[in-house]
Amino acid sequence: MRQLFIALFATILLASCGNKPQGDNKEAANTGAKPQIKIDGSSTVEPISEAVAEDYKKKNDSVDITVGTSGTGGGFKKFGRNETDISDASRPITHSEDSICKAANIDYIELPIAYDGLAVVVNKDNTWLSKITVKELKKMWEPDAQTKIKKWSDVNPAWPKEEIHLFGPGTASGTYDYFTEAINGKSKSSRGDYTASEDDNVLVQGIAGDKYALGYFGLAYYEQNKDKLKVLPIDNEKKEDGDGAITPTAETVKNGTYQPLSRPLFIYVNKKSSAKNEVKAFVDYYLANGAKLAAEVGYVALPDEANQLVKQRWTAGTTGSLFVGKNNVGMKMEDLLKSEQTTAK
Amino acid sequence: MNNERAKTLKDNIFKGWAIFATSVGMIMLAVLLIKIGMDGLHRISLDFFTALPSRKFEKAGILTAWAGTLWIMVTTALFAIPIGVGAGLYLEEYAKKSRWSSMLEINISNLAGVPSIIYGLLGLEVFVRFLHLGESILSGSLTLALLIMPIVIVSTREAIKTVPNTLREASYALGASKWQTVWMQVLPASAGGIMTGIILALSRAIGETAPLIVVGALTYVPFVPKSVFSSFTVLPIQIYNWASRPEAGFAVNAAAAIIVLMSITFLMNGSAVYLRNRWQKNVRW
Repeated sequence: MRQLFIALFATILLASCGNKPQGDNKEAANTGAKPQIKIDGSSTVEPISEAVAEDYKKKNDSVDITVGTSGTGGGFKKFGRNETDISDASRPITHSEDSICKAANIDYIELPIAYDGLAVVVNKDNTWLSKITVKELKKMWEPDAQTKIKKWSDVNPAWPKEEIHLFGPGTASGTYDYFTEAINGKSKSSRGDYTASEDDNVLVQGIAGDKYALGYFGLAYYEQNKDKLKVLPIDNEKKEDGDGAITPTAETVKNGTYQPLSRPLFIYVNKKSSAKNEVKAFVDYYLANGAKLAAEVGYVALPDEANQLVKQRWTAGTTGSLFVGKNNVGMKMEDLLKSEQTTAK
Repeated sequence: MNNERAKTLKDNIFKGWAIFATSVGMIMLAVLLIKIGMDGLHRISLDFFTALPSRKFEKAGILTAWAGTLWIMVTTALFAIPIGVGAGLYLEEYAKKSRWSSMLEINISNLAGVPSIIYGLLGLEVFVRFLHLGESILSGSLTLALLIMPIVIVSTREAIKTVPNTLREASYALGASKWQTVWMQVLPASAGGIMTGIILALSRAIGETAPLIVVGALTYVPFVPKSVFSSFTVLPIQIYNWASRPEAGFAVNAAAAIIVLMSITFLMNGSAVYLRNRWQKNVRW
């Protein structure tokens, strides 16, 4: 009996300490013979990465591809510690994330892979709104609104004197970062007293059940719940992005007229990882098929021209971000990519 | 006479309230079960258990999720049981009553109330990064083992407390050593309570998502774990991922996966009740 007891403890001690030497996490995580490609980051982008990984597995089963959903910020934290090969992101990398990567000697290749529209929606029974301007949205959502805007009539006197109920994603979400930057002018600057959920289906339910609600979330969630919600066309009062209020559809998101709430989705590839054959082959496949698969899981494919430019960027191995230190939010992706090419020459 | 009537009235009111209180829980559970059953039951088939995750909801399955959950539960139990029961034994049978041991006691009880995400952060720093175990099943299960350890320790102690001292004295009187007394008398006599505690602790662990996400459980894992160093996903993460997808078909998958997870929890809790009853019948002193 005693031997058994001691043996049991010894096994446990061995199991918990004996494997320290297998240090390097990427290798340790996989004892099988197959190499592994680790993807982590935005839960918005996850369905695209998952779809690409799923199809790639059918074509080439010699590599294990895993996708995590730590969120865009959480994903970059891991990316900056060399723990992942590819980071999914629903907004561009930030200055501080970029600095962390630089400090850790991590070069990355930034690849836009699709567009997502953010839909601003209200209840079906909302009769007073048929469109909304960016200014009105800012009035509702800016941090100061928390004390000033309590009722619909506080935004526009013609609207009902009823309490306004706002719904949006939580502060850890890239959707929140993007919306606040596009509408309030500064990322993460928003009123705090709205109903927040990381699960867009909860927002759908909330707005569908409340006549005086307004909220924002990914276009795909509106498309699936058209019968329950009313989407608002958005007017940014800039002629060059199309006249008047624009309704978000795959078409208006793709041609860049639905502004400023079309956002690009990205993958960031670790430059060192990209030298590995399996990663290179996978990203090639990603760029060749990502557009089609993105549309299948509810996002909007990049225009062909932008897609070609992204492929060139990947082949050239251009590192660094198009966004860090520049105010490029809302610019057309193909223009952005082209301008970089011309300055590089 | 009047006094008598008032008493019966009070009695009936209290009875009514107690019945109401019980039925609130029962009705909520029933509504939940019926709703989930209607949504997801038709989705459960052999394919659902053997298919890999997929972007097409009709093809997606939970193979890697339930395999991950099974790996995690077994390894968690391997760590939590010997250490938790050992600690409980020490505190009850060996430790002298001192300020130090009562401090320890309070701390262990407090640990049971620490939010699970805190354990996740601890696991991330200690197991994933400091010990370099990576984002593996081993890191995940060690973290969960820490999470449920206080529950195991507390329930072990409670179970041991119920063993009458006369039993120990009888054992010593027959010339048994401390070790023999603990191993052959105290442990078997309290085994029912200890096992109930362990199973209830494990049923808490099975539903945990937050600490596992922090230590690196993934969302899309297209392979069944082959060792404790493998990457993994678990059922609650798969459920959450499906529930937050835009297509309604994934909600059905989520409901079906919830049924699977709940059945496992029911089975575990049921066996806890069974074990407790069986042991209580066997123990005679």
